[in-house]
Amino acid sequence: MDGHTHQHASDRRELQMARSMCWHCQSEVSGEYFCDRCVKVQPVSKELDYFTCFGFPRRLSIDQQQLESKFYELSRAFHPDFYQNKSGEEQTISLGNSAMLNTAYRTLRDPIQRAEYLLDLEAGAVKDIRTTPPADLFEEILELQDTLDEFRASDRTSDAAGALRTRLQSERATLEQRQRDMETQIQRLFGRWDALQDRGEATEQARAERDRILKEMRDILSNRTYVKNIVNDLIATIA
Amino acid sequence: MARIVGIDLGTTNSLVAYMDKGTPRVIAGRHERAMVPSVVALTDNGLIVGDPAKEHLTRNPERTVYSVKRFMGKSLADVQDELAYFPYTLTEKGGVIRIKLGEKTYSPPQISAMILKELKLRAEAFLGESITKAVITVPAYFNDSQRQATKDAGMIAGLEVLRIINEPTAASLAYGLQEKTQGTIAVYDLGGGTFDISILKLKNGIFEVLATNGDTHLGGDDFDHVIADLLLGDIHAQYGLDLSAYPDHMQGLRLEAERAKIRLSEALTTTATLELPDGKGRFTRELTREHLESLCNPLVERTLGPCRLALKDAGLTPNDIDEVVLVGGSTRMPLVRQRVHALFGKQPHCELNPDEVVALGAAVQADILSGGTTDMLLLDVTPLSLGIETMGGVMSSLIRRNTTIPASAKEMFTTYVDGQTGVDIHILQGERELAKDNRSLARFRLKVPPLPAGVPRIEVTFLIDANGILNVMAKDMRTGDTQSIEVKPSYGLSDQEVERMIEDSFKFAADDVSTRKLIEARLDAGALITTTEKSVADGGHLVSPEDVAAIRSALSALTTAKDGNDPRAIRARMADLEQAAKSLTVAMLDDSLKRGLQGKKVSEVT
Repeated sequence: MDGHTHQHASDRRELQMARSMCWHCQSEVSGEYFCDRCVKVQPVSKELDYFTCFGFPRRLSIDQQQLESKFYELSRAFHPDFYQNKSGEEQTISLGNSAMLNTAYRTLRDPIQRAEYLLDLEAGAVKDIRTTPPADLFEEILELQDTLDEFRASDRTSDAAGALRTRLQSERATLEQRQRDMETQIQRLFGRWDALQDRGEATEQARAERDRILKEMRDILSNRTYVKNIVNDLIATIA
Repeated sequence: MARIVGIDLGTTNSLVAYMDKGTPRVIAGRHERAMVPSVVALTDNGLIVGDPAKEHLTRNPERTVYSVKRFMGKSLADVQDELAYFPYTLTEKGGVIRIKLGEKTYSPPQISAMILKELKLRAEAFLGESITKAVITVPAYFNDSQRQATKDAGMIAGLEVLRIINEPTAASLAYGLQEKTQGTIAVYDLGGGTFDISILKLKNGIFEVLATNGDTHLGGDDFDHVIADLLLGDIHAQYGLDLSAYPDHMQGLRLEAERAKIRLSEALTTTATLELPDGKGRFTRELTREHLESLCNPLVERTLGPCRLALKDAGLTPNDIDEVVLVGGSTRMPLVRQRVHALFGKQPHCELNPDEVVALGAAVQADILSGGTTDMLLLDVTPLSLGIETMGGVMSSLIRRNTTIPASAKEMFTTYVDGQTGVDIHILQGERELAKDNRSLARFRLKVPPLPAGVPRIEVTFLIDANGILNVMAKDMRTGDTQSIEVKPSYGLSDQEVERMIEDSFKFAADDVSTRKLIEARLDAGALITTTEKSVADGGHLVSPEDVAAIRSALSALTTAKDGNDPRAIRARMADLEQAAKSLTVAMLDDSLKRGLQGKKVSEVT
């Protein structure tokens, strides 16, 4: 680990793990996932965030190749297949660590899930699900709901239903485009967030920028989820 | 570490394989046949398995069980539609199917255990050591109940099932080992009763499954049924005969349909023949491959939907697939190959024997578990979403389908009423929105300390292990106490039932061994009686009348012993007879030598 940012992440991980002792030989465990003295696998701490688990800084742009090779490396370290001849405790740890690793990989691999996860880490849960349409979509969504209701009540074989279906299909395309636009917006926020992280400033200004990015990210993510649910509903109705 | 074998427990055939210095090999039995037909028959001499049992399909259809894999982890209601095809009687007890064989009923895991035991014996005889550990394969699309039932079968057979692995992924291990393939591969696995598609990424020894899909009720059996139905209709039209009233002929028809199907993979036309009951003579019918394909096309079509879904879940298009691998006997059908070729746009691979490749892969996985192979690692997924029933009968998904296993999810539970002491949890598996449309896996009651509503906080962890089997743990967040959960499976055997079946199987095993000894002794005695009687008839004049009398008396003593139940008595009387007939044997040998020399030149003799 020679790069500055990597060094930073590695320090943090050591800090988080330094508090624990080896479950087997009680010697202090520092740094990695295996005890230095007895080489037994250690349970990954529940406090360890997914970025640290992969040895990555808390940045939103991630090199997929690097993520994958780290995932494979840790899979080889934790997977239950390699603990068949080990003690019951080690098997339990291997199972728990593997399950955690798989969740971490799944979360970090997908940009949206990664952003939601980071927001959760930095600013608390994001799961407040929007119940009213975002302001810029208000009219459009209300109209769509009417069309959907009309379609549901219609005789599916009638010409009228056919026309409604065509309208809904074009509405679907519009909303899906909207969803993609929001994903592009999120990607742009990734750049701003990472630049801020890389500067590593602790100024008032930096803090304000941080809060701004997180708020924007929260709004877009929440709008995107809302639109995605509408699209899913739409697809299910016209299927 | 004790040796671990790999077992492919198939719908039609089963195999056992082991790792021989880095190369997986299947273990053949007598006549060099590696496949053990997955058939169990109850005969007058007890239960028999495999090839000899298969002969009873037409002789004794009501007491011969085949395709039992279709019933693993199922209730009677699940298989209602296909009951008409099976000549044996199915009942149900505690949500688990029971198969009637004579006076007794057996659960599908018990029948499967008999097949597993046959494989175990075969491996023990071949390897010359006791086998107690195995990796067993299941269709990738098997749900939790079906996997658990397979594990139960292993336990009943006296095998510790170290891992349940998916058939298509096992096949990929065998292929990967052979070719050191890299890239994205699709494994299309159409077996006797099940269909799976798995999309994998192979990189530096890691076999990462990206997505899997399938149909656990679609396979070669269904093709046979389609052909059998056609022949059945023809027989009815031609002879006014309803063959379905004759279970033995129905089995003959099914087997002939299967053979015709197999022949049509090579030939363009074939003739199906069947002896009809009541002296109505022999029915014959020409079948063309074209006709077979038009009949089977809808079934092959049904496999393509899951393929497209798997691609979609993996986020790939057919163009992204580097290699397509065919697994399972049904992929020998040219129609299947064509459709797979057309879907993925590339020639599918079938270098490894599609009947054996799954067992070979299971042996590779067994070697990974025993620490022999260390550079390969399989990362598989759970085929179906796992969730719990929430308010209004809706399923709330906790672990999505195609999540890499091991996988876990935590859910916090609390109470709605003051002093409430339990929370009922219903675990489901499936992709539908409503709980009732999904597979019920289990129900359990979470114990909660009596407190005001909303105060208790119980964290429940749902963990799918590397076998794809669910484990549930609960923790009281206030006290930190963990509680063990008694999970009652919806369609499975309880732990106590499995225990009892294990005990029963030991009893059967003792019975089986003595029965086998008796059968063998009787067979040998029968053969000796026949040859001795022939010798007396042919060469009695060569020995004294006293000798002949002694032989006759020993013969009748053996005949009496043979009708008894003591194999040792039979062996003793056989020895007596051989002793008594010794003079006759010697005399006949001399005589034949003498006669052989007559009329031959000296040069021909020396």
